[in-house]
Amino acid sequence: MHNQVIGKPISRVDGRAKVTGKAKYAAEFTAPDLLHGVVVSSTITKGRITHIDTGDALALDGVVKVFTHQNRPKLAWFDMSYKDLDAPPGSPFRPLHNDRIKYNGQPVALVVAETFEQARYAASLVKIEYAQEPHETDLQHHLDTARKPASGLASLLKPPPPKARGNFDKAFTEAPVQLSTGYVHGFEHHNPMELFSSTVVYGKDGKLTIYDKTQGAPNSQFYVSQVFNIPFRDVRVVSPYVGGGFGSGLRPQYQLFLAVMAARELKQSVRVSLTRQQMFTFGHRPATVQHIDLGAQPDGTLDALRHAATAETSRFEDYIEVVVNWSGALYKAPNAQFDYNVVPLDQYTPLDMRAPGGVTGMSAIECAMDELSYKLGMDPLELRLKNYTEEDPNEKRPFSSKQLRACYQQAAERFGWTKRSPEPRSMREGHTLIGWGMATGVWDANQLPARAEAVLTVNGKLRVSSATADIGTGTYTIMTQIAADTLGLPLEDVLFRLGDTDMPLAPFQGGSLTAGTVGSAVKIVCEDLGKELLKLARKMPNSPFAKAKFDDVFFVEKQMRLKADPSVRIDLQTLVDQNGGRAIRTTATSMTNSLKQGKYTRYAHSAVFVEVQVDEDLGTVKVTRAVTAVAAGRILNPKTARSQIIGGMVWGISKALEEETVMDHRYGRFMNHNLAEYHVPVCADIHELDVLFVEEHDDVVNPLGVKGVGEIGIVGMPAAIANAIFHATGKRVHELPITLDKLM
Amino acid sequence: MQTATLPTPVTQPRSAPPEPVGTGVRSFSLTINGAEYELNVAPWTTLLDALREYLDLTGTKKGCDHGQCGACTVLVDGKRINSCLTLAVMHEDHQITTIEGLADAQTGDLHPVQQAFIDHDAFQCGYCTPGQICSAVGMINEGRVKTDADIRELMSGNICRCGAYPHIVDAIRDVMQLNPTAQ
Repeated sequence: MHNQVIGKPISRVDGRAKVTGKAKYAAEFTAPDLLHGVVVSSTITKGRITHIDTGDALALDGVVKVFTHQNRPKLAWFDMSYKDLDAPPGSPFRPLHNDRIKYNGQPVALVVAETFEQARYAASLVKIEYAQEPHETDLQHHLDTARKPASGLASLLKPPPPKARGNFDKAFTEAPVQLSTGYVHGFEHHNPMELFSSTVVYGKDGKLTIYDKTQGAPNSQFYVSQVFNIPFRDVRVVSPYVGGGFGSGLRPQYQLFLAVMAARELKQSVRVSLTRQQMFTFGHRPATVQHIDLGAQPDGTLDALRHAATAETSRFEDYIEVVVNWSGALYKAPNAQFDYNVVPLDQYTPLDMRAPGGVTGMSAIECAMDELSYKLGMDPLELRLKNYTEEDPNEKRPFSSKQLRACYQQAAERFGWTKRSPEPRSMREGHTLIGWGMATGVWDANQLPARAEAVLTVNGKLRVSSATADIGTGTYTIMTQIAADTLGLPLEDVLFRLGDTDMPLAPFQGGSLTAGTVGSAVKIVCEDLGKELLKLARKMPNSPFAKAKFDDVFFVEKQMRLKADPSVRIDLQTLVDQNGGRAIRTTATSMTNSLKQGKYTRYAHSAVFVEVQVDEDLGTVKVTRAVTAVAAGRILNPKTARSQIIGGMVWGISKALEEETVMDHRYGRFMNHNLAEYHVPVCADIHELDVLFVEEHDDVVNPLGVKGVGEIGIVGMPAAIANAIFHATGKRVHELPITLDKLM
Repeated sequence: MQTATLPTPVTQPRSAPPEPVGTGVRSFSLTINGAEYELNVAPWTTLLDALREYLDLTGTKKGCDHGQCGACTVLVDGKRINSCLTLAVMHEDHQITTIEGLADAQTGDLHPVQQAFIDHDAFQCGYCTPGQICSAVGMINEGRVKTDADIRELMSGNICRCGAYPHIVDAIRDVMQLNPTAQ
């Protein structure tokens, strides 16, 4: 493959659509006689619905129907039918199933009307009476009920904690330097800017075309097909643009169920959009309590490491994350113990949220390492390097590639780390305390199988498609680049399409998987198309390619050429013309090389260095500059990749300083369920963010050598900020977010 | 013509069912991106919902419906406003500009802010982008910006959950030809 555009800072190919308002999101598709559904949410946390009065709502002109558990259609019986492709073990929540209330904000009715205004007003008139039961929502008050989570299919991508190694108790007791510490964080909600919406277009034959907000159209299709017992071919899910996901779109949300149910019952097209308040009534990052013990020699060598985490889940599903494994893979402590437990509570099931588990666990271990460095009187970076490992101690196998050492060095140099004065509170400007902190980031580089289709049209244009998603990550752009370079075409001759279940199957977009997973499928399907082109070339009279094999040719400047003699060349257009006036079409599946990949631990790494300014009197914190160096294999597009990392860093600032959904446990209800009180950074909160990509070659992770950059940007940030705050103030805060009240 | 009554908050007990109010519609016209549109909607329809639900101008986005996120920012007589916090019926005499009206209708050339957003990759998912761009155009019209810090402060009514802020500042600075080191 001749790289003309791969690795270049190409502007987003969907950029024009997004800056002109032409990019259409789920709630922006319409249909004749479209009805509007508005959801009524439970105001209690646990109990039963005793009475529903829909009379006032139904009396309004324009109101078509109010759906409740009392009049919903008969649906699939078994739990199995409600399990989407990302469902954790358990019994999935079924909207409007019966009179039981399982969590606060649960959908209890859907009001359908001719206009949105009518539906919204009518929804406010539905009167519901409840019989309340006592609820339990506070993780910290129910740690005694922690238990091992059930395991299921989800465990494939989420391995259980590593086995213990050595003798932790003995090594810790005997260690000359000991640290026991703990970290806590509360609930967080994804809050993509786009509200969850589904527009269900009811076809004449009862077939459904569903515009859904999802990170995986095939998952929504699967779910609808199972729950409503409709054949796959009669459910098409389309999702060309997604206004942010961050994990929230990995599972179908209840507006999809409600919109499909209403459309099928009323035999009419229906749209259901959630409100921002209702965006707080499904999956979230789980509140988690962690404990870490470290035992070290005076020179910093770690002898003993214990990392334990307890997270909340719902009463009905055991959601799990990988929290404690990272510390065991990052540091070679020979005596180590790991534990992970869940506490079921009266809440909705948690859901993967940007770097799920990774940013949780790494925030704790990287703060603990910082604490240890002060106990040792050792530079925090030096402590990391002292315990650096070239082999994964959890699995006792090598890394497919690990340029973390170069990340540390390059980021430290860019930041000016050597000028740091080690003592806390030793750097200040007047009333402003200045602190410098650092931390490490780690994330998986997994690959899954995926399918793609490539078509070379009679006009010599390349059309490639796969049912993947672009939630803002840049999928459209990098897939266009891969396809263009594989067949030697200019970008403007390539069109990549996604987000449609009529296209070849791909996994949902999550876990930094897409670049390597779908990218490999795109590369392979374009190579297969190239092989078809070679066949055509070989059949031509007196063809100079007559004896050429695929390895003997390459594609560049809209031509196929012989490697041995590049002057032997033929235009792709000429080859298409040989195909009897037909386009050339190929479909391919990229498989993972499990045998080879299984011999290695495959991670992306990062090193983060942060400067904070803390107002000594007011406790306000400003992240004035941050440098992240990332080793994530090959970078397909430094422009979109840089945006991913910067976005992750902004998320890290948010997690460290701003973001938390606060519950009033007396009511089991989130108090700040809106964007005014659920704080995320605004423009004024973000200052200098610097990104370095460290060169890294990896031919194990996937055929493209890419590791994905969706998560790695956030992972190290919160700990680096917390550590910088300690350096500035001398105060170690053990609970995120570090708001000013905790620093006063 | 029925008169509008506000819905009674459901948390307060009611004695009698409220009068049905769902159908009262008002007929009026709006001038949007230089074109006149006829509307027949309930008088409490927000400008945002009028654009999105009745005029198929879906470039303007709904992110919170409470004036907290800025995704619905449009220009009314050149000033940026949250279209979710105003009723459509209030804007009969105004010139409304949405994201669909910023590019040159004849040539298709993008507005300089639109082009700069592409060049600087000042967005990812694109959902807050129309609001960011309209807000930036409105902010430039206000004539108060001298420094990067001014941009950051005056663009803080528009949330970007993808975190594209540094690139948004780069894009606006580029259009305004500001010195990046100006204090």
